[in-house]
Amino acid sequence: MERTDAAGVRLGMWLFLYTEIMLFGGLFVLYSVYRHRYQAAFAAGGLELELPLGALNTCVLLASSFAVAAAVESVRRGLKKAALAFLGSAALLGAVFLLVKYGEWSRKFALGLYPGGARLSAEPGGFKAFFGLYYALTGLHALHVSIGCLALGVCWALVWKGAVHGGRLNVLENSGLYWHLVDIVWIFLFPLFYLVA
Amino acid sequence: MSDSFYEEPSAPGQTGWRAWLLTTDHKRIALLYLWVVLFWFLAGAAFGLTARTQLMAHGQHLLTAKAYNAVFTLHGVIMVFLFIIPGIPVILGNFLLPLQIGARDVFFPRLNLLTWYLYVAGGLLAIGSLFAKGAPDTGWTFYVPFSLSTQTGVTFTVFAVFVLGLSSMLTGLNFITTVHRLRAPGMGWLQLPLFTWSVYATAWVQLLATPIIAVTLLLIIVERVFGVGLFDPARGGDPLMYQHLFWMYSHPAVYIMILPGMGIISEIFPVFSRKSIFGYKAIVAATMGIAIIGSLVWAHHMFVSGMSDVAVLLFSFLTFLVAVPSAVKVFNWVSTMYRGSIVMSPPLLLALWFVFLFTIGGLSGLVQGAAGPNVHIHDTYWVVAHFHFVMFGGTGFAFLAGLHFWWPKLFGRMYDFKKAYLGSALLAAGFLLHYFPQFILGLQGMPRRYYTYLPELRPLNFAAGIGAYIMVAGLLLLVANLLLSLRRRRDAPGNPWDATTLEWQTSSPPPRENFLAEPRPPAYPYDFRRGG
Repeated sequence: MERTDAAGVRLGMWLFLYTEIMLFGGLFVLYSVYRHRYQAAFAAGGLELELPLGALNTCVLLASSFAVAAAVESVRRGLKKAALAFLGSAALLGAVFLLVKYGEWSRKFALGLYPGGARLSAEPGGFKAFFGLYYALTGLHALHVSIGCLALGVCWALVWKGAVHGGRLNVLENSGLYWHLVDIVWIFLFPLFYLVA
Repeated sequence: MSDSFYEEPSAPGQTGWRAWLLTTDHKRIALLYLWVVLFWFLAGAAFGLTARTQLMAHGQHLLTAKAYNAVFTLHGVIMVFLFIIPGIPVILGNFLLPLQIGARDVFFPRLNLLTWYLYVAGGLLAIGSLFAKGAPDTGWTFYVPFSLSTQTGVTFTVFAVFVLGLSSMLTGLNFITTVHRLRAPGMGWLQLPLFTWSVYATAWVQLLATPIIAVTLLLIIVERVFGVGLFDPARGGDPLMYQHLFWMYSHPAVYIMILPGMGIISEIFPVFSRKSIFGYKAIVAATMGIAIIGSLVWAHHMFVSGMSDVAVLLFSFLTFLVAVPSAVKVFNWVSTMYRGSIVMSPPLLLALWFVFLFTIGGLSGLVQGAAGPNVHIHDTYWVVAHFHFVMFGGTGFAFLAGLHFWWPKLFGRMYDFKKAYLGSALLAAGFLLHYFPQFILGLQGMPRRYYTYLPELRPLNFAAGIGAYIMVAGLLLLVANLLLSLRRRRDAPGNPWDATTLEWQTSSPPPRENFLAEPRPPAYPYDFRRGG
């Protein structure tokens, strides 16, 4: 059945994005309660994270979000080459984000700052809660970035094949919306973990 | 007579089992769901009956304490997550919602099929968890810290519930989009049949509440596998937060269970009273009101868990508030019958039982919602009796009423009335004998979830066991009677009840694309003035 109701498809995507917000929302509830309870420990935890890497990743994601928006606009105007370039760089930036995140996690692991790790086990409860939330939230977020990268890759292939074009934007637009959501979740995670000190 | 959707596969050219397992037709998907849900319903009933048989005599005889824990956990998990949460929306909602709004299908037909596969996968995972590392023994609530420390295969069970949640959430997403985008021309919001309204309100709760339990269950898995510890006091966590997050979903989930049932009842009363529903707009408002307020009462499950008194009083107040729209509906149904031309039929009988049992269940809920009495009856059989009155006496009876009401629409066949009356009478009589003693047992202090009890509580437990057998006999008779009708020829009239909503304007069973001519929605869905 040929789909013509783009507004309906977009509505479905927005509803899906609500569910994503609620999914992260559960963890944000935990964050706010534990933050309220262990203010000092959270500040100490924040000092353990590497602010420059977090800031770098924020820029990386913001740039990739711009690239996705530009890709959608390029397809709308029929600029296929530009669209492919923008989409490719957005997915690439997503991969860079994951790489940086991987580096951060490994450095923390090397320091014994992971659940069950030597150093974290010796710290007080609030500090453990901070890192528990850090791993849970950034882990869930990284999972979303990976899915988003895959979606952008699929979009790249569809644009390349000509299956997504100015008159048929649904898949690309929805992938873009998803990517912006992933971006905005990070915009909240960055201050909550890196700037809390 | 033209061909129905049975003769015309939805993906053209598919035959045999492919015509079913690869279908995107909402009607075929609804029937796929019907058979699987029915299987789980009967399986859940079998587990429940096993537990009640154990409780008929004092001490350990049929089941060991450990086996009893597994049996009631499986009864709970199956009934909650595989029967009563999905049940009405995925079967009757799937089949009827597009028909009631004059659409050809749901908005995302392929997504609809995906939800069925997720549902089946979730069911298989739940069964698989039995054999993984020993049957789960946590109860359906998976409360920490026990769910973190038990050595049984809880990780699998929790993952099964996660997958089922995904299925439920996507169904909700699909239905909301369908109602917003696919209403036939002339079908405004206040022309929507009340069943569609209730499934729509339910869909919002499914959509917004399910992710909370999804992430909570993920955290259980993460704690068990990686030892993160967000609910473990030794690692800075707080078990009370698990309860908050769990009930933030699971209390709204009881409205996922009951709202579609209320929708069914709102369809049945006007049809068999030959009279317009009393207070259409009030029911719509009450439906949305329940969906909204019902999302704000979760902590009344936790009055004795160690919350502040302010929180207890606030949540108690909100709990009383949510009873108002539910009561409004009960008055609407009863008022609909007032001075109507009442025609008795099996769906109406089941609907009347619904009103009776649901009212008892609802009022007993207020006793729990009050902060004082709650301390006395918390975790006793009173609570068990209460939620079986609303969930089984309410949703279960509504589900059966809906099946009997729309059976001719689904299959084009009529069942035997006598057996249906007898079955529902047995079901209701057994139900009362089974669950009413549990109120008394609860007041006498019998705790839930134990394989045995103090010897002096034996007579009432024995009576409840007898009731359980009568109830299951009635249930089997009802189901067998429906199934036997499938052996007949497809000879039910298109609109056997003279109902007015849009799904009855087309033939029964409906053709592949639901309506042969452009459907013409009535200006008001319950207008019985024209002939009939």
